[in-house]
Amino acid sequence: MITLSEITHSIHVKLSGAITNETLLSITEMAIVGIILLGSLVMLSFFLGYMERKVAAFMQIRLGPNRVGPKGSLQIVADTVKLLFKEGLTPNASDKFLFNTAPYIMVITTMLVIAPIAYSNGFQIWDTSIGVLYVSSVSSVSVIGILMAGWSSNNKYSLLGAMRCGAQIVSYELSIGLSLIAIVVLTGSLRMSDIVMSQADGWWIFKGHIPVLIAFVIFIIASTAEINRAPFDLAEAESELTAGFHTEYSGMKFAMFLLAEYINLFIVCAMGATLFLGGWMPLHFGADNAFNHAMDYIPGFVWFFGKTFFLIFVIMWFRWTFPRLRIDQLLNLEWKYLLPISMINILLVTIIAIFGWHF
Amino acid sequence: MITEDGDFVINIGPQHPSTHGVLHLKVWLDGETVKKVEPHLGYIHRSIEKMCESLSYRQYIFSTSRMDYLSAHINNQACALAVEMGLGVEVPDRAKVIRTILAELTRLASHALWWGCMGLDLGAVTPFFYAFREREFINDIMEETCGARLTQNFIVPGGLMADIHPNFVSKTKELIKMFRANIDEYNQLLTGNVIFQQRTKNVGFLSKEAAISYGTSGPVARASGVSCDVRKHYPYDAYDRVQFKEILGTAGDSWERYVIRIDEMRESLSIIEQLIDNIPEGDIVAKTKQVIKLPKGEFYSRVETARGELGVLLVSDGGSTPYRVKFRSPNFSNLSALGHIAKGSKIGDLVAMMATLDLVIPDVDR
Amino acid sequence: MNAEELKQEILAFHPSVVFDEGGQFVNANIEGADVLTLLTELRNRPAFDFDYMFCLTCVDYKTHFTMFYHLRSLTHRHELVVKAKIADVNAPAVDTVSHIWRTADFMEREVYDLFGVKFFRHPDLRRIFLDENWPGYPLRKNYEDPNMIEL
Repeated sequence: MITLSEITHSIHVKLSGAITNETLLSITEMAIVGIILLGSLVMLSFFLGYMERKVAAFMQIRLGPNRVGPKGSLQIVADTVKLLFKEGLTPNASDKFLFNTAPYIMVITTMLVIAPIAYSNGFQIWDTSIGVLYVSSVSSVSVIGILMAGWSSNNKYSLLGAMRCGAQIVSYELSIGLSLIAIVVLTGSLRMSDIVMSQADGWWIFKGHIPVLIAFVIFIIASTAEINRAPFDLAEAESELTAGFHTEYSGMKFAMFLLAEYINLFIVCAMGATLFLGGWMPLHFGADNAFNHAMDYIPGFVWFFGKTFFLIFVIMWFRWTFPRLRIDQLLNLEWKYLLPISMINILLVTIIAIFGWHF
Repeated sequence: MITEDGDFVINIGPQHPSTHGVLHLKVWLDGETVKKVEPHLGYIHRSIEKMCESLSYRQYIFSTSRMDYLSAHINNQACALAVEMGLGVEVPDRAKVIRTILAELTRLASHALWWGCMGLDLGAVTPFFYAFREREFINDIMEETCGARLTQNFIVPGGLMADIHPNFVSKTKELIKMFRANIDEYNQLLTGNVIFQQRTKNVGFLSKEAAISYGTSGPVARASGVSCDVRKHYPYDAYDRVQFKEILGTAGDSWERYVIRIDEMRESLSIIEQLIDNIPEGDIVAKTKQVIKLPKGEFYSRVETARGELGVLLVSDGGSTPYRVKFRSPNFSNLSALGHIAKGSKIGDLVAMMATLDLVIPDVDR
Repeated sequence: MNAEELKQEILAFHPSVVFDEGGQFVNANIEGADVLTLLTELRNRPAFDFDYMFCLTCVDYKTHFTMFYHLRSLTHRHELVVKAKIADVNAPAVDTVSHIWRTADFMEREVYDLFGVKFFRHPDLRRIFLDENWPGYPLRKNYEDPNMIEL
């Protein structure tokens, strides 16, 4: 099987043959990667939008979009074109600079976080030694975008929505961080490729048994809250009185908020898949055996995307099943339940790591 | 908008996804806490009472289908009962039983829609679709027999406008079986959900004294322990020959109101089941003059709609049109209790409270 | 209490009440000025205990207005209708009962809105359905609407 890293390697060899200047080579490669990344993220958000609507329809005993394009696959394209044609209003009394910059901040921070994610063996944009820390810290910057959007809209409801959103995201980041640390402690490294390689004899969710299971459940709950999806979507709840921090946005800027939301969904599920479910590592049990060799026939990126989309499906499942939590119940959940459990969990994980009681 | 006293006032509605109709609520807030709620009404005031003064006794019934449109049948029943009371005419048995079955089917459809919208208001979108699946079935039965899905206009003074369709009995039996199984599904999806319970328990407490004083009726009052089911205390049509329980609760919060309506759905199914196999043969309408003239006097009829006690006061001066018609609307009184129960709660709770009060604004405004 | 007993009890402390012959309910006719005293008594005396007011409305009889108060007791399960005659057609007014039954708050506002009957000491007497500046009171029999066209 041709792996993705072989493709990238051959392209690199061809390019370095054509361009001799080192910096020019780097810049060309960065440009190619950038364009491919932008294109694939847009494709990804289209696909996720379509998947969301089809999954919702499946849960609600109806067909989803099925008119535009074969089986409705071009529905999101039609929606995007519609958004492009809409008038991008900037309210008169709004803070124009902040108003226009806020969506860009959200999208840029989201795209920055794509860098360390490992799609396949050796196929990573940037394999930095602080991969997990980088993801965790850069995704926190998106709160600024939300608060800017809410404040600059000069609208009571947007402000309320943005404040709630900000409080929610900042609180749940703690739980996410602590559950990521559980895996980091077991692996001993923040580097993404190390974490994936350490799961060569079994995924952490199986090897790490109880504490990792707890960390995984907390991670799923906290990341649903982090990306403002139901049942934690109070900030953009349509049937509450506020319509959210992006009330005043229309046209392309609104589309950018939507894009950022879907890419965020992909990123948290990718992180969950990488850290807890083995990333691109096939399902292995123990050391070299026939089962592992059989599993290896399925290429790495198929495993990675399979796991990520499974987690995305689970998070979409939550949205269409549960009612919404109230803001005080939401914050209650984090500060009184998830955070103490996470902290005790870290203790457990450390003890297990020291004594080697994991598999 | 900050007023001079420093209060933060916001407007919910009149166009809003979770007010069931055009209701304008002015809410005085202190942070997230509600200090005062004031409903502003009249956005759908059509002056039905004045219109009825120029309609004949046969015509005025049909203008009421559009009051509480989810209990259209039951509204028509109330108006017809008032005229029948005035004329002193006895409705044939067959018509009584069929009217009761249609009223209970309407109640089921109304509660199904309420359940779906309750989930929708609290953020769970899926129950809405499940509820409408049942409602579609009931609407199909109605369409076959009465000719319309929502405002049926099937009841006339003295009985019914026409006989039931041959498929009515078999389809209704099918519905009973399906609905019974689905109520268990509803309980699994929404009632047993911890998030849902936390959002409705201890929210919007209405004490028994307040429920009586504010004149609430229907499930809202029954949840606070007030026994007020018109079908039990002042039976009409075929309700005196069926066995059913009046569901009373004690807690008086949103959760209790929710559970009572779910149980009421089961009771409705049991009532229909008792009647559907024993529809007596006979006339479907009693003989009345073409132009009905009621004797001088006041006639008050009351029924139990899906939302409470609907009363029709007919004041007649002997002519062929009513002198004054007054509709005692259950939603009007239930809405007046909103200001009382919302004090001190959070905005998110306001939505849960309105969902369990189950208001239909055209009934409030008439 | 049945109808006869109710009539006797009411006549005992309020002799000026005139009862209708027959009718669906026990109908007690009084003057508009006596509303507050009679209704307070009906609410507070344990033998009556009319704690549930289920309808409050007004009828325009051209020569006078009549306020209808439909009362029910949830403990004794008896009902009563009090009809209060308001003789002044130009400026009809009567005492409020919204401090006795909270449901009367909205119901009296509706009567004020549509008939123009003022209620003394009502906590918040404003129009409830129509615009504040609406001219006239639509449910009155002599209501003229300049926009209405007779076909």
